[in-house]
Amino acid sequence: MLSIKELYVSVEGNEILKGINLEVKPGEIHAIMGPNGSGKSTLANVIAGKEEYEVTSGEITYFGEDLLEMAPEDRARKGLFLSFQYPVEIPGVPMVNFLKTSLNEQRKYRGEEELTAGEFLKYMRQKMELVDMHTKLTNRSVNEGFSGGEKKKNEIFQMALLEPKLAILDETDSGLDIDALKTVAHGVNALRSPENATIVVTHYQRLLDYIIPDHVHVLYQGRIVKSAGKELAVELEEKGYDWIKKEITV
Amino acid sequence: MSVLVEKADLSLKYTAHYNEVKDLLFEGSSEVLNSQRNKAFQDFVMQGIPTRKNENYKYTNLQPHFLPEYKFIHQREKTEADLNAVFRCDVPQMNTHLTLLINGWFYRENKETGKLPEGVILGSLEDIANNHPGLIEKYYAKIANTAEDPLVALNTAFAKDGYFLYIPKNVTVEKPLQLINLLQSERDTFATGRNLIVVESGASLQLLLCNHTLDLKTYLTNSVTEIFVGENAHLDYYTLQNEHNKSTSLHSVFIQQERDSSVTTHTTSLHGGMIRNNLKFILNGENAQANMFGMSFLDKQQHIDNFTQVIHAQPHCQSNQLYKNVLDDKSTGAFAGRIHVMRDAQKTNAFQRNNNLLLTDSATMQTKPQLIIDADDVKCSHGATVGQIDEEALFYLRARGIEEKKARLMMMNAFAHEVIQEIKIEALRERIDDLVDKRLRGEVAHCHDCSYNCEC
Ligand SMILES: Nc1ncnc2c1ncn2[C@@H]1O[C@H](COP(=O)(O)OP(=O)(O)OP(=O)(O)O)[C@@H](O)[C@H]1O
Ligand SMILES: [Mg+2]
Repeated sequence: MLSIKELYVSVEGNEILKGINLEVKPGEIHAIMGPNGSGKSTLANVIAGKEEYEVTSGEITYFGEDLLEMAPEDRARKGLFLSFQYPVEIPGVPMVNFLKTSLNEQRKYRGEEELTAGEFLKYMRQKMELVDMHTKLTNRSVNEGFSGGEKKKNEIFQMALLEPKLAILDETDSGLDIDALKTVAHGVNALRSPENATIVVTHYQRLLDYIIPDHVHVLYQGRIVKSAGKELAVELEEKGYDWIKKEITV
Repeated sequence: MSVLVEKADLSLKYTAHYNEVKDLLFEGSSEVLNSQRNKAFQDFVMQGIPTRKNENYKYTNLQPHFLPEYKFIHQREKTEADLNAVFRCDVPQMNTHLTLLINGWFYRENKETGKLPEGVILGSLEDIANNHPGLIEKYYAKIANTAEDPLVALNTAFAKDGYFLYIPKNVTVEKPLQLINLLQSERDTFATGRNLIVVESGASLQLLLCNHTLDLKTYLTNSVTEIFVGENAHLDYYTLQNEHNKSTSLHSVFIQQERDSSVTTHTTSLHGGMIRNNLKFILNGENAQANMFGMSFLDKQQHIDNFTQVIHAQPHCQSNQLYKNVLDDKSTGAFAGRIHVMRDAQKTNAFQRNNNLLLTDSATMQTKPQLIIDADDVKCSHGATVGQIDEEALFYLRARGIEEKKARLMMMNAFAHEVIQEIKIEALRERIDDLVDKRLRGEVAHCHDCSYNCEC
């Protein structure tokens, strides 16, 4: 469903991604790991359509279509979802209004009937239960005054609500307590289906105990330098990245 | 040099006009008003139409707006059409006492919209000054100082009518009062409105003022409103400015508060070519509270200038200001807020904030706070921002499937929301919310019943 070929990306003249190749098929879970600053969020943001990143060469197709040609909103409407590493606060935009608008915009795009306020609230409550979301949060403005963990949980809540085909979770596990981590994993697993895929960006094996990846990739200095099965994550947890760095220089 | 001559000429035009129509001005007017006229005129002659050299008018060039050949209305005119039928402003579910004014004059044929509580007076300033001068004398021209501002001087020289509103001691007016000033004329018109509000001690009132243009003539409104709020009295003063882009609105509002009183002013400027709102609070008794809220939505070549002054004359008072502007296209805006804490006004709390959202690179905003603090035990703060839509937030919304245009709209509504939510009358809040949303969408945000397409 997602195919990335020889992707080069620069920000403000600095080359950050240097030839990424990645194939994601329906039903798969991919984990991307790698040291700080290696380009994981950059990759996630480019896929989501952030404009300040300049794709200097390479291509990304999504269900056979040229993803890089699409506006971010169209990507989302076609089932792409990014759980942000740092979700922004949007004071003055009420959560419920935001969630309802985004769900209905996506439904409209797919030719589905928009939900009425009543229908939406009912649907929303269902999803709140799934990820253990509190009304004290849904009654506020988007992410306003949310704690770090609450922001992450809100991302997963949105994911549950929007039911994407391809979800990219950018360090959604960072800052979560043990219970929240389980809830997040539970949310992700509840959405799993042979048609959907997930890319999990993480630093810790912990999350991968719950969300078991089919492939683990190591991103280092803008390149995927190693890909293997789930055992790679365990190895990284034990040994860190040094051995990989050495492998490369050798 | 030639510019200077032209400017002098412009003021001369108005002084010549005064001399020409002097008899008409004095005729039929109460001594209360007439006794101020000549002094006001002298004060105008001294100051002239403000130029940008006048520190208080630094950001607003009024000169071009005084240039057109306006028609003046110095005597009550008969209105042919029944304004009650011509104009119905629909604020749904907003149960109000509705009163109309036309070109600043009180409309005598107002339809009764329910009975006002006993002792409440609402009527023509001219009529009441003639019939009961005692009611007016104590207040008229007492806080609107003609030596301080040429627009006030010009207004006081020309003033004949407007509304007078009196709420006696301990009376609570349950239903909000709504006053609508309509601009309608067969020629470009200069409208002078002079208003007086007295809210006696323990009384309480909610007031909504609307300004509307009913045709596409060029208008200049120069209004002055003096408001006296007694001990422990309460006033909410909402203004909705919705005139077309060929109109110039100059409004000067003076509010004097006694101890334990509270006043909130809330101004929504939706449309209007050139708007200048002068607002001066005098906190004249301990423990008085003043809140000032304002928001404007500008595009094309529109200009707004909100100029506020708060005089903390007594201890333990609180003032609070929040002004927000959204500026599109080549529109320009200014906010200047002066807080003056006088020597005896210890334990003053005075806050001020001005946030501006520029939607284009060619829109500009000037913002200038000014604190003059002569007491030592006070808490004052001010803050101003001029910025553009938060791109990070915009991307967040888009990444959830919300189209860019809609996402921008959500962000703009969010920006305005903080001011909208300060509207305490629920039906009005919903209505303004809706009008603001329409305005931001670029739809004509006039009352639905208005058949005039006033956008230009
Ligand atoms: N907008 C930007 N402007 C300048 N440099 C940027 C920008 N965005 C990212 N970078 C740089 O690109 C590099 C990769 O950043 P990125 O956020 O993708 O790393 P990451 O792998 O997600 O790291 P972390 O594990 O810390 O989240 C970093 O060196 C970062 O400083
Ligand atoms: Mg990152």
